[in-house]
Amino acid sequence: MAARKFDVRAYPGFAYITALCLLILYVPLMVVSVYSFNSSESIVVWEGFSTRWYADVFVGSESAKFKVAARNSFFIAVIAATVATTIATFAATAMIRGGKFRLRALSFGLISLPLMVPEIVTAVATLIFFSSIGFERGILTILLAHIAFCIPFAYLPISARMQGIEDTYEQAAMDLYATKRQAFTKILLPLMMPGIISGFLLAFIISLDDFIITNFVKGAGVETLPTAIFGAVKQGIKPNIMAISTMLLAFSIVMVTISYFVSKSGENK
Amino acid sequence: MPQDITNAIDVRQAVKRYGDFTALKTISLSIHDNEFFTLLGPSGCGKTTLLRMIAGFEDVTEGEIFLYGEEIENLPPDKRPVNTVFQNYALFPHMNVLENVSFGLEMLGKSKSEARTRAGEILELVQLSQFGARKPLQLSGGQQQRVALARALAPQPKVLLLDEPLSALDLKLRKAMQLELKHLQRETGITFIFVTHDQDEALTMSDRIAVMSAGELQQLGDARDIYEKPANRFVADFIGETNLIDVIVKSKDGDRVLCEFPNGLTLTCDAVDEMDVGKTGHMSIRPERMKLHQTQVEAENFKGKVVENVYAGTDVQTIVHLQNDMKLAVRTQNSDTGKAMIFDPGTDVFVDVEFGSARLLAS
Repeated sequence: MAARKFDVRAYPGFAYITALCLLILYVPLMVVSVYSFNSSESIVVWEGFSTRWYADVFVGSESAKFKVAARNSFFIAVIAATVATTIATFAATAMIRGGKFRLRALSFGLISLPLMVPEIVTAVATLIFFSSIGFERGILTILLAHIAFCIPFAYLPISARMQGIEDTYEQAAMDLYATKRQAFTKILLPLMMPGIISGFLLAFIISLDDFIITNFVKGAGVETLPTAIFGAVKQGIKPNIMAISTMLLAFSIVMVTISYFVSKSGENK
Repeated sequence: MPQDITNAIDVRQAVKRYGDFTALKTISLSIHDNEFFTLLGPSGCGKTTLLRMIAGFEDVTEGEIFLYGEEIENLPPDKRPVNTVFQNYALFPHMNVLENVSFGLEMLGKSKSEARTRAGEILELVQLSQFGARKPLQLSGGQQQRVALARALAPQPKVLLLDEPLSALDLKLRKAMQLELKHLQRETGITFIFVTHDQDEALTMSDRIAVMSAGELQQLGDARDIYEKPANRFVADFIGETNLIDVIVKSKDGDRVLCEFPNGLTLTCDAVDEMDVGKTGHMSIRPERMKLHQTQVEAENFKGKVVENVYAGTDVQTIVHLQNDMKLAVRTQNSDTGKAMIFDPGTDVFVDVEFGSARLLAS
């Protein structure tokens, strides 16, 4: 192997630094996950294995609140991800297949800018925007805000995928008597599908766990899972929060894994 | 201007510019019905641009293109009854072979079953019937090539455009496909327009060849014409091998012209272009049209010395030094008669140029 002398494992201390990074990144998550199975009321003293806090999430005193919040979260995430993915798909088509149009570089910058703007700035700006036009805050304001900031996340995997698709496929389709629209729906869209699915899942997860923007633009009494959790934590951390967090974590891992394999499966096609 | 409807394609004064760059400089040519026509030239000569203009992927900056008398240069690709075999095949990776081949027919409005039946027949023609359910990437390069061919032939185009379709295949397969393409063209009776930079491919397959360079048509003719009667220096040099020598016209006698080489030797040759005495031009002599002898056989034989023999299987290439540092390459067939005319390096020889094989070109 020619790459041997650049093997990163050969550097002194590599193993320790890696272990340290992994520790810092994942120990808190592991602690939360493990302690969500604690039978104790305490969040620091282990008393034995139990699933009581998971049961508490679904049937406990706060379950009604969490159920509504979860329903809101999933409703918003599904719609925001769908709309954002659709917009991102058209944006990618225009950016990559639209030829060299004026302000192309600027358009790309505008699409990806939200990734770099501090979220708190977006949140404040969105809030100011909604109040200045007199838009009453509620679930709709959350939804609109989520659609807006999910677009760049959906755009990235879609445009990456599309860049790998040669335009001769569409040319071949049109050469074979397909109209522009047919070439798009029958050829380009199926070839882009792994990127689109991947973009959708990413946007979905981003929407699902967003806290800052949601917290700013949500109306009084409207909660999503993250804001509901934050509200509950303010009255003291109970182990049921850990159970919810662990379920969200597991759900995110599943989604990200699917997204990874979907985009991977497209690569060797 | 009335257009001849027996011509498959008429390109009239077509120009293609990309901004300041002119890819095609005012080209006019006619491609006959039921012809295997080749656009031949080095990369960047504009041959692919011309093909893509006929297919409809490039718009025409100026000029017209007619397909069997019908003006097509403003039609989108899906409205032109021509199909293309792409260089990279561009087979739809998410469809199987049968779906790929029936795609064009379905887009033309044929029912699914009719399209599939017809696609099956075409797959039989290219000997791929048993691969209908495979995905393109599960096939070898040669098989993919034949699927691309079948897909383009299935809708029965009036003209089939082939954009260097054999360039990705290895030599043996390429040779086989050349013959297969030629047979397919005869069997289907469809006009083929073939783009290549490979002169062997062009000479083997084509009824007629258009040699292009730097966006211009250099010569149009059959294989024998362009090889034996190159119109200019570029064609002589690009097609096959040749000795190109700068010469000055010394005297004229009808078509026969006496030329002087830089080293002072003279040779009488055929003038291709009208040239006055005193003008400079290029002389082209094919290496296989010269013979080496130990004694002088004609008055105009050159005296020289063998410096090198390069063995190339079917023949031997000999480098002969003439007076004042002039070199000639001579090819001698590796046959019994030929071997008698191959001499060891250092031998003094006379070079005999076959009558009528030296050609004087003005440009």
